Amino acid sequence: MACIEARGLRKTFGGTVALDGIDLRIETGRILGLIGPNGAGKTTALNAILGLASYEGELKVLGRDPWRDRDELMRDVCFIADVAVLPRWMRVSQALDYVAGVHPRFDRAKAEAFLAKTAIQRTSLVRSLSKGMVTQLHLALIMAIDAKLLVLDEPTLGLDILYRKEFYDTLLNDYFDHSRTIVVTTHQVEEVQHILTDLMFVNRGRIVLDCSMEAFEQRYAEVMVTPEQLPAARALGTPLHERQVFGRSILLFDGVDRKALAAIGEVRSPSIADLFVAVIGADAVPAKGVAA
Amino acid sequence: MSPSDTFMGTATPPTVAVTKTRPFYWSVRRELWENRSIYIAPLAAAGVVLFGLVIGAFHLPTKALSQLAALDPTKQAEMLSIPYAIAAAAIMVTAFVVAVFYSLGALQSERRDRSILFWKSLPVSDLTTVISKAFVPLVVLPIVAFAIMLATLVFMIGVSAVVLPMNGLPPTLLLSTFPLLKTTVVLAYLLVVFTLWHAPIWAWLMLVSGWARRATFLWAFGPPLVLCVFEKLAFGTAYLAGLLHYRLTGAVKEAFAASDHTTDMHQLDISQLDPLKFIFAPGLWLGLLVAALLFAACVWQRRYRAPI
Repeated sequence: MACIEARGLRKTFGGTVALDGIDLRIETGRILGLIGPNGAGKTTALNAILGLASYEGELKVLGRDPWRDRDELMRDVCFIADVAVLPRWMRVSQALDYVAGVHPRFDRAKAEAFLAKTAIQRTSLVRSLSKGMVTQLHLALIMAIDAKLLVLDEPTLGLDILYRKEFYDTLLNDYFDHSRTIVVTTHQVEEVQHILTDLMFVNRGRIVLDCSMEAFEQRYAEVMVTPEQLPAARALGTPLHERQVFGRSILLFDGVDRKALAAIGEVRSPSIADLFVAVIGADAVPAKGVAA
Repeated sequence: MSPSDTFMGTATPPTVAVTKTRPFYWSVRRELWENRSIYIAPLAAAGVVLFGLVIGAFHLPTKALSQLAALDPTKQAEMLSIPYAIAAAAIMVTAFVVAVFYSLGALQSERRDRSILFWKSLPVSDLTTVISKAFVPLVVLPIVAFAIMLATLVFMIGVSAVVLPMNGLPPTLLLSTFPLLKTTVVLAYLLVVFTLWHAPIWAWLMLVSGWARRATFLWAFGPPLVLCVFEKLAFGTAYLAGLLHYRLTGAVKEAFAASDHTTDMHQLDISQLDPLKFIFAPGLWLGLLVAALLFAACVWQRRYRAPI
């Protein structure tokens, strides 16, 4: 069953096209990485999926129209739209009470267990917590909700590397199971590569790449060659991207036989960041690109 | 296997009633957590007035008290009820001011601190949110104000029970002639009547708070004022000003039977309460209709709201 299905999803702000007729289908039980430069349309797409903004075109999330049936949908969907949006006046204990009060699928014990691993005090005000702690609290609340779809928009911004790693491990080991679907956007792509099952690149309001991680590993290969072997490498196909490292060239190919590549140089699987630069690098909207 | 199958075993499906009322209950509690001035400010007002009166009572010149003792019982009762009326007025005015500032921030602060994204990530509808916020000026504040008035009354009776005998007055004065319970009924009636009468004001302030990016106070009060001035300058009339004045104070005229007294609030008597007249006042229903429309606009508007 498709968790999210869109056809011709389109959104404009004044004259600016934020989403340019996107078609997508995300199956239940997948972890999708939605990757794109700033301003590519990721957040616009997520807002449409979460019923936070209206849109043109067809969109079904868990079989519902997210704009029209938002109230029902939010019982099964959870999200972190941005970091550190917890109300600053709230106490940690109040946040727990409130979510436990309004959300029928919230498991308070689970949230308490997450919090026990942190230095966050129950009596603390959110305003007195560091940015990383606010994010930890937010994640503890959200991860204790038994949702069918979890949307994470830059969930680990402001967290140190140890906690980021722990967060993704927890997400994969304790939270994820095959009845849930997770959509995550992040600029730190290398940190999510190992947990994703699907990958989607977005640029200028369009999907420029949509493949499973298995397909990703089969299709794309990088070969490192000396300058003498460069013509031989180029003869194998048009590389998506070429770059120089220590006087050697690294060529990224799509769908070229790995054995043929191995004959002329060292072959390895590219990282998502490498592929991102190859696919979007030159064409990115005026933006910072991936901070990878 | 559909995903819902796996959830059936683990989560007990909550009853419909629970899912409907629990988010509302917690949303109201949330408002009280965030806006502690809702009860602190009227309490502080009552405290300051009472403290002043107590200090004053102990310093009353004996002459004033002997004069009081010489008055006939009705006059004595009137004199004794004045401090209570002052305290009650202070509480009511404070509650009104709190309601104004609360309503002006109700739908704005969540956008300013971006927490609206957190609230919207939970299964609490925009309707529930707006109703829970409207609940504060329409229900919570009147109840808080009334509770504090009652506490004040009890406190004042206690103080009088000490002060009167100390000055040689019979404590029975409290029992036989104290009109304070009557005054309390009048005050409760005033609170209910004014809250209903002012409903469109709270709705308007909340609509502005959800719409304006900043300076909600100016947006709420500026345009009506400018229009009043414009009307006066352009046509020499003051219909709008009259309308606004009627909306602010008209409840006294509509909810109390006319008497020989002027319609000054501190002279209102329990015999003048006229709920029937109030219920049939077109101004009440027109106001409630406008309030309902404005609150509906608040709900509609919140759907489209993003952080500022």
